[in-house]
Amino acid sequence: MLHIQNIDKSFDSLQVIQGLSFEVQDGEFVAIIGPSGSGKSTLFQLIGGVTSLDEGAILLDGEAIQQQRGVIGYMPQQPCLLPWRTILDNVILVEELRHKPNMELAKEWLDKVGLSAFQQAYPHELSGGMQQRVSFIRAIVSNKPILCLDEPFSALDEFTRLEMQAWLVSTWETYRKSVLFVTHSIEEALFLADRVIVLTKRPATVKAEIEVPFARPRTEDIRHSATFTALKQQLFTYLKEEAYAD
Amino acid sequence: MLFIAFLLCIWEISVRLAEIPHWLLPAPSRIFKEATQSYDTFFPHVMATIQLALLGLTIGVLCGLSVAILLHRFVFIRELLYPILIMSQNIPVLVLAPLLIIWFGFGLLPKLIIICLVCFFPIVIATMDGFRQTPAELKHYFQMIGASKSQLFWKLEWPYAYPAIFSGVKIAATYSVMGAVIAEWLGAKKGIGVYMTLSQSSFRTDRVFVAIFAIILLSLLLFYLIRLLEQLFVKGRGADVTYSKH
Ligand SMILES: Nc1ncnc2c1ncn2[C@@H]1O[C@H](COP(=O)(O)OP(=O)(O)OP(=O)(O)O)[C@@H](O)[C@H]1O
Ligand SMILES: [Mg+2]
Repeated sequence: MLHIQNIDKSFDSLQVIQGLSFEVQDGEFVAIIGPSGSGKSTLFQLIGGVTSLDEGAILLDGEAIQQQRGVIGYMPQQPCLLPWRTILDNVILVEELRHKPNMELAKEWLDKVGLSAFQQAYPHELSGGMQQRVSFIRAIVSNKPILCLDEPFSALDEFTRLEMQAWLVSTWETYRKSVLFVTHSIEEALFLADRVIVLTKRPATVKAEIEVPFARPRTEDIRHSATFTALKQQLFTYLKEEAYAD
Repeated sequence: MLFIAFLLCIWEISVRLAEIPHWLLPAPSRIFKEATQSYDTFFPHVMATIQLALLGLTIGVLCGLSVAILLHRFVFIRELLYPILIMSQNIPVLVLAPLLIIWFGFGLLPKLIIICLVCFFPIVIATMDGFRQTPAELKHYFQMIGASKSQLFWKLEWPYAYPAIFSGVKIAATYSVMGAVIAEWLGAKKGIGVYMTLSQSSFRTDRVFVAIFAIILLSLLLFYLIRLLEQLFVKGRGADVTYSKH
């Protein structure tokens, strides 16, 4: 379980995060939405130990992990594949930093997502969507207790994006590890997550939290349900309040 | 190629029409005849120059890479040495040559130092540029997955700089032939440079031209050799293409 406890962070005089607290249960998919520049990527840098906290604590299974790198799995907005490595060698990159990588597991996952034919291909031979799948597999294979995904689909075109959302839902439903997912898209958050956390504008803190009631496995149908529309409306209102607040 | 043939034709025709004396400007046909006739005496000189250039280039590349790595990885060394390096780039190597001979005699060492000096700068500058061009998002990704400083360098910045390094080596390779010939002018028993000075003092302009063409061919040959190595080493993209940023 990931526990964010009352954290503060500022860059020089700019307060980015203030008194932010929430948690992610084991096997839970939590989405975070918030205005642009509200400090979501900063939050991930804090969890990843890349920048230091001013106040508060970040606990993973009861253990403080601030300042500790390489504890969480991470997937950024850009695929960040190394162009000189084959797909397979890219997938094992994170493991390779720590110990001898598990090639079989990597191949197994590539197989599961239909990319086994591309094991020996280089990233530039793959489409944007395929590259993001590889990036996700790389995060899974790194075998960390929680995955942090920072707007992983926002650089893709609309159609690929919908495709990737459906793909992620079904892949995650067989995998079921804790996920913290940052997005700008209300629909994406509702379609994927068990719970959506809305952040205020800078300095970020939790504005609201909603449970997403849809059962799993989820299908495209839920996008057209009345509940979906109602929740969407509610989240939209929250974000609008933040955008015009002052 | 066709253009070069065209130029040679013009040269041939104008020399014949204007009846230029052959000790002033020999026609290409005459140079070619001389090249085939004196092949046996000339060839050992060419081999000597190739050996000298290759040895000097290898040492120059190794020195250049080591210095670039040191300068890149240790800020205090960079601050100390980089300005000196840039300044010393303005000293023409030729000026140093007599000094080197006073200090080190007529042996192999001063010649190697000259070639090294000529090859050194393009390598250092290109390599450091390559390191610096590593995209920020990839560096950030490496931090987030917990890479150590040396992993960040050897697994990211170093391979990322390969294309840049190879363009530096290509320039250095052409320089190395020139460096070798200059070094031989200053005193050697064998080599294209020696052959040139001998031919010049006996007004064998045709032989001087044979030497010039040999130098051009050698430079081209080395250039393509490096290109070949580049194609072997730089994976994931065709040669001559730096990795695209996303
Ligand atoms: N290293 C830094 N130094 C100074 N300011 C920073 C630094 N990193 C981020 N910031 C500032 O902190 C604020 C929050 O940035 P952050 O990237 O976390 O926002 P975000 O919520 O991820 O935005 P977006 O939705 O656009 O991705 C921004 O105003 C940014 O300029
Ligand atoms: Mg961000």
